[in-house]
Amino acid sequence: MMEAIIIGIAKSAIRLATPYLYASIGETIGQLSGVLNLGVDGVMLMGAFSAFYMVLKTGNLWLGLLVAIIVGAIFGLLIAFINVTLKAEQGISGIGVYIFGLGLSSLLFSTMVGTVQTVSGFSPLSIPWLSNLPIVGEIFFHQNILVYGAFALIPLAWFILNKTPLGLSIRAVGQNPEAADSLGVSIVRIRYFTVVLGGMLSGIAGASLSIALLNVFQQNLTNGMGFIAVALVYFGAWRPTTVLTGALLFSTVNAIQIWVQVHGINIPSDFTLMLPYIVTIVVLAAMAKRRIHPPAALNKLFERGE
Amino acid sequence: MKMKRLIVILTLISMFVLLFGFGASAEPFRVAFLMPSAINDFAWSQSMYEALLTIQKEMGKENFEFVYSENMFVVADAAAAIRDYASEGYDLVIAHGSQYGASLSDIAPDFPDTSFAWGSTANVFADLGITNIFAYEPFSEQGGYVNGVLAAKLSKSNIYGVIGPIETGDAKRYTEGFKAGIKSVKPDAKINVTWIGSYSDVALASEAAQTHIDAGADILTGTSQMTVGAIGVAKQRGALWFGYDVDQSTLAPQNVVASVDVIWTIALKPIIEMIQKGERGGKIFTLNLANGGLKIVVNEEALVGKTIEDIVKGNVEVKVEE
Amino acid sequence: MKYRNIREMSMSFIPIAAFLLALFIGTIMITFLGVNPLVAYQALLKGAFGSTNAIADTVVKATPLLFVGLGICIAFRAGVLNIGGEGQLVVGALSATIVCLNFSDLSGWILMVLALLVGLLCGAIWAGIAGFLKAYFKVNEILSTIMLNYIAAYGMNYLLRGPIMDPLQIELGSFIPQTTRLTHLVDLPRLIPTRLHFGTIVAVVFAILVYIFLWRTTIGFRIRMIGQNIQASRASGINVQKYMVLAFVLSGALVGLGGAIEVLGVHHRLFTDGSVSGFTGSAGFNGIVAALFGQLHPIGTIPASLLLGALLTGANKMQRAVQIPSALIGALNGLIVLFVVGSEYLRRSQASRMERSAEPKTNSKNKNENKKESQ
Repeated sequence: MMEAIIIGIAKSAIRLATPYLYASIGETIGQLSGVLNLGVDGVMLMGAFSAFYMVLKTGNLWLGLLVAIIVGAIFGLLIAFINVTLKAEQGISGIGVYIFGLGLSSLLFSTMVGTVQTVSGFSPLSIPWLSNLPIVGEIFFHQNILVYGAFALIPLAWFILNKTPLGLSIRAVGQNPEAADSLGVSIVRIRYFTVVLGGMLSGIAGASLSIALLNVFQQNLTNGMGFIAVALVYFGAWRPTTVLTGALLFSTVNAIQIWVQVHGINIPSDFTLMLPYIVTIVVLAAMAKRRIHPPAALNKLFERGE
Repeated sequence: MKMKRLIVILTLISMFVLLFGFGASAEPFRVAFLMPSAINDFAWSQSMYEALLTIQKEMGKENFEFVYSENMFVVADAAAAIRDYASEGYDLVIAHGSQYGASLSDIAPDFPDTSFAWGSTANVFADLGITNIFAYEPFSEQGGYVNGVLAAKLSKSNIYGVIGPIETGDAKRYTEGFKAGIKSVKPDAKINVTWIGSYSDVALASEAAQTHIDAGADILTGTSQMTVGAIGVAKQRGALWFGYDVDQSTLAPQNVVASVDVIWTIALKPIIEMIQKGERGGKIFTLNLANGGLKIVVNEEALVGKTIEDIVKGNVEVKVEE
Repeated sequence: MKYRNIREMSMSFIPIAAFLLALFIGTIMITFLGVNPLVAYQALLKGAFGSTNAIADTVVKATPLLFVGLGICIAFRAGVLNIGGEGQLVVGALSATIVCLNFSDLSGWILMVLALLVGLLCGAIWAGIAGFLKAYFKVNEILSTIMLNYIAAYGMNYLLRGPIMDPLQIELGSFIPQTTRLTHLVDLPRLIPTRLHFGTIVAVVFAILVYIFLWRTTIGFRIRMIGQNIQASRASGINVQKYMVLAFVLSGALVGLGGAIEVLGVHHRLFTDGSVSGFTGSAGFNGIVAALFGQLHPIGTIPASLLLGALLTGANKMQRAVQIPSALIGALNGLIVLFVVGSEYLRRSQASRMERSAEPKTNSKNKNENKKESQ
């Protein structure tokens, strides 16, 4: 009985965490190079719609994913252009991207699709042998491929950021742009790269919702998930492994509170719904002793002169 | 000679009357429609939008015009919109959402020649001396009750899951009705209720559905637009779904057993007639099974017959607890 | 601002040009949907400024933007990023409402002022939580304020569907999540017979007060200094943590007051639809945009809020007049924000180009270019 409960909650948590993982890692990489993007939710919505529409029309899931990546990259280019080349106030431009992405995805949905319908998205894929492990097998190895991708992304991001020259350049650009520049690193090129990559990952995050986990699209499908993803970057202190912790913590508490509601435990739903948010803050506060190294050049929401 | 003149005058008068009468009825009936979500939300707003389209089809585009404003969830903006539409001379302004009532009570007195309608509610602000507001109130608990009875007859596990937005309004009434309906057939049923805390969090609705099914539910139901997530899960895991607001079977034809379709035209048509006769408000229109305001769109017709009859004959009383 | 020459004056037209460029792209989208763009934009202007009622609507929409914007001015200038406007608006509104509901035997004026004060205090406390967590527990404030927004929303839902729900709703059986209409005694006075209410005056007064505070008091100076250079502030003996918390508290106070004023001046009750944006109209986020467009200057935030309010009001009117989908309005709003914020670059580069041309001819040109690239 207990086993079934743990398996259920854990599987839920992993599914819920997937879009956060893609989007948060994307934002982490961008922020490490010194660029803040608050428009993640808007890009997720555009990615979600593009993937959904492609799958609706062609039935090809990989094509849908590809389109989401391309659309995410295009938005990434837009964001990079505004934030890096035009050196705009990154906070406002992010909000602008969000509002634009929300509006455009809704508009395209209304005009190109019209009514709500489902698609047959990525279905759960069992990993041979591993999926037969007791408990762990059921929880981790019976998920769909985009879930696997999200979790594979963590060690990949860690490796790239910590063990490759590219990662070093990224972190240098965000930490000390003058020094990086004098060493011949192109600040502009790195930042464009990270922001476009971030856009692609946000696009995949959206696709994970519309063609894998939920298999549907609706106006404002993400319902603010992108902002939670940005918040989780701060929980993660710009480290992929800690971002994973944050995403799993938030999602697990969410899964638990749903379980609590389903099993009729007499707490008003509003309070259980608050739990993931409260717990995230409390845990972060409890980690107060650890050292945090924000990218020194992270262009904060105000720019104090040239 | 006099006779001839009389006939000419009479003919002229009758021609005049006919022309005038023609002219009066040639003006289309104009409706402005405000809603808190989109016309394709597969729930609340779509339901009313479809009703207006139906009326337009029946009356003809030249006799019935309507304009609309979607996503008016910001109440202050909605108030500006209501005021604006009223000042543009629309015959009827439908503010489709319970959050608009307060604004209507402020605005309606300023536009005595305009009619307003809102719901779900039974309040026409008669105590404030307002006479140009109509109210419409679907008896969602009745629809819930019938869905519950059907669900109870179909369930094998006798465990049911409800996925609602927040515990207020129609959602609350529907859920209470659903529980009562099930209990009337199987008093020992286990009905689990979750509240998502929003009308649009599809991901959370989907996980709630998963958790319900994990807990043994083989029948799910719920209200509002986020239920598309739950329906998707029902489809994936083979659970049955009971819908509300619109016929939701298009989303999962093998899994959606029945939906409570709210037929708003049952209220809209008499409202339009009353306005055309000069009465601008003050009446509450209930939509229930008896008057056809609620229609159970079902795949298995046979199960329904008895229960609807019972309610209509008043054999079954549905009470909603706080 | 004095325009020394035509070129300087033309600089301030850059944001306007950007705005028009965004509208041009909007024109393409609008035409694509089969609507006459000229009619559409005419409606936009009419909706924002075309009548007394329109102007009143614009100003009423701008008022919470100004309150939030002022709060943001203080916070961002202290280097703390208060993204919790939505939650603080709600907490301010909720507390003011509860005061009005429970102390209805007090005289009108006293109750009104008390409610506004309580709203201000509760907004301050709500933001103060985030400030305290940042200063003493290193909890990043972007995270805590966003999380607190949700907590406030769920708290509001709980109260409105239970303890403070209008008894009439329970009686009627409709269970609409709203409070009863507050006593008319606490309605903010109207300025003209429109929706324009006294809260706007309060906002403008506070804008001046915030200006005086930030530039004419020691505390304000210290707050700005922390935002400029946190190391130097610490070195000069300023208790950075205390001032961080203070910046948050003051920020939340302004926003909370704004929320209370929205209740007493516009809605006269509190309601929910699950999310908070039905009540706030996303002023908690739009206020940030207003403050940033106003260059984080309290006086600059006034026209910025007004313009943003005009845009939002006008856009809604445009939707109604030509019946374009509200999603298009949203996309257009986003585009306008993007174009205007992107045009800052042109304005800045023009400005520095003119500065350089006024300087004596040295190697300054090369130095400036290097500085820009390495940013």
